[in-house]
Amino acid sequence: MSAGWFALGPVGVALAVSFAAALVSAVVGVFTVLRGQAFAGHALGDISGAGGAAALLFGIRPLAGFVAMALGGAAAMALAGGRRIAERDLASGVVLGAGLGLAALFLYLDATMSGAGGAASTVMFGSMFAIPPGMVLPAALCAVAALAAMAALARPLALIAIDPDLAASRGVRVRLVGFAHLAVLALAVGLAAMSVGAVLATALLIGPAAAGLRAARTLPGAVALAAAIGVGASWGGIGLAYESYGWSLGWGGRHGWPVSFFVVALVVAAHAGAGLAARMRG
Amino acid sequence: MSDAALALEGVAVGHAGRAVLAEVGFSLAPGSFAGLIGPNGSGKTTLLRSILGLVPLLAGRVAIGGRGQVGYVPQSIALDRFMPIRARDVIALGLDGHRLGIPLPSRRRRALVDEMIDAVGAAGFADRRVGDLSGGQQQRVMIAHALIRRPDVLLLDEPLASLDLRSTAEVVSLLAGLAREAKVAVLMSAHDMNPLLPAMDRIVYVAEGRAVAGTVAEVVRGAVLSALYGAHIDVLRVHGRVLVVAAGGAPHGHAHDHDEDAMHVVRIP
Repeated sequence: MSAGWFALGPVGVALAVSFAAALVSAVVGVFTVLRGQAFAGHALGDISGAGGAAALLFGIRPLAGFVAMALGGAAAMALAGGRRIAERDLASGVVLGAGLGLAALFLYLDATMSGAGGAASTVMFGSMFAIPPGMVLPAALCAVAALAAMAALARPLALIAIDPDLAASRGVRVRLVGFAHLAVLALAVGLAAMSVGAVLATALLIGPAAAGLRAARTLPGAVALAAAIGVGASWGGIGLAYESYGWSLGWGGRHGWPVSFFVVALVVAAHAGAGLAARMRG
Repeated sequence: MSDAALALEGVAVGHAGRAVLAEVGFSLAPGSFAGLIGPNGSGKTTLLRSILGLVPLLAGRVAIGGRGQVGYVPQSIALDRFMPIRARDVIALGLDGHRLGIPLPSRRRRALVDEMIDAVGAAGFADRRVGDLSGGQQQRVMIAHALIRRPDVLLLDEPLASLDLRSTAEVVSLLAGLAREAKVAVLMSAHDMNPLLPAMDRIVYVAEGRAVAGTVAEVVRGAVLSALYGAHIDVLRVHGRVLVVAAGGAPHGHAHDHDEDAMHVVRIP
């Protein structure tokens, strides 16, 4: 088994981890946008960067760092937040500030103490071809856990999105389901941070989900479309980045372009396409 | 009393231990259609939320008859226009939206949903996004959502608040018909009783922290409302509308300048 994972080259690892990240981000993202929690998702992505930077400093697995920090941020938001979207946004904003402060500290220490000069770029913007093969199995396990949790929470989350009082009157424990959603959201952005970087996790979380919600007619349709866009953009981005090593642009010789740039560009293009399709349909 | 669909006894409700309404007692038979009438801020929503169990009772008892099921229709829904949740999806969530997991599509589920769609006259827009529907259409969808589990009691929070005159009349006659046919006791709040007059067989009138209940003929009388408000109240019937008029200024602290068309309490200078 270990030989099988070991046999994956950098491109194979990138394809596997980005698949898990894109799939989970799309599924979780649809419900995040549905609940008006896009800002919390964005904030958790950024905050997870502090965990990724700390992981480099202490020599633990980056995925563990990303996910642990995002979970901590989610817990802080849950404790500080309220029922209304405005209150939740304030809590997200405060927690985001604190998380970015920690990220600044750990990235500085990375650069000065361990001499990891490229740490900031890797943590914040991803470095998909540098993911160690040992990340594939933990990423897959995180993805399975997150998808199972979302399948369990789907109906109560939809009911809460229609009206929280209505859900509560049917016996849904609205706060508990909200906490659970935030925890799964933390898993999703941790995976996405591993793939495209902490700052760009938001692109993988919100872009495909928003496109799916605009273009599809049903919630399951939106989830399927978002997943297709997320995975398609991730794999397309990897392919383009791989190709880009052969490009010559006339300045500074031949360089590979960063994968994250292509992934995000493709997500944005898909979102624009979905918007156009929705508008033409009327 | 024991075969009532909904019975309240000595109920007090409020926030943070402070009562907004006290000594509320009434009962509704299955199939009855009741209006919960009172000025804005009189505690109608708090009373409905207490019956639903969303806020604890400060005193008294609420008993639900039959299987003990209560359906609820919120005043408005929180979904954005572009969310891909169709009217029929919302109605299906009424069946089992509180459960964990994803249901397998089944013929029985689909038949139940289709039956409710027909019962509320939503066939024409069942496959449209619910956020795109008009206020009256959304009310129909939410009524179907609430009724699909065959509740014993249906509570509606100001369902007429954002409707035009025609939708108002349509929703009222739909609810009155459903109450009779499905043998569900309907209790809906409204700040104006007039749209309910043709259909309502019971009225719960709240003001000044208390409530009186009975038939419209029993409750909407000068003497009864004067006792409730603690001030002289006249009830005028003009062009088929009821006007509740306080002589010498408003009998309570809530001005009604913002909903004059409701004609709930008219101040005479």
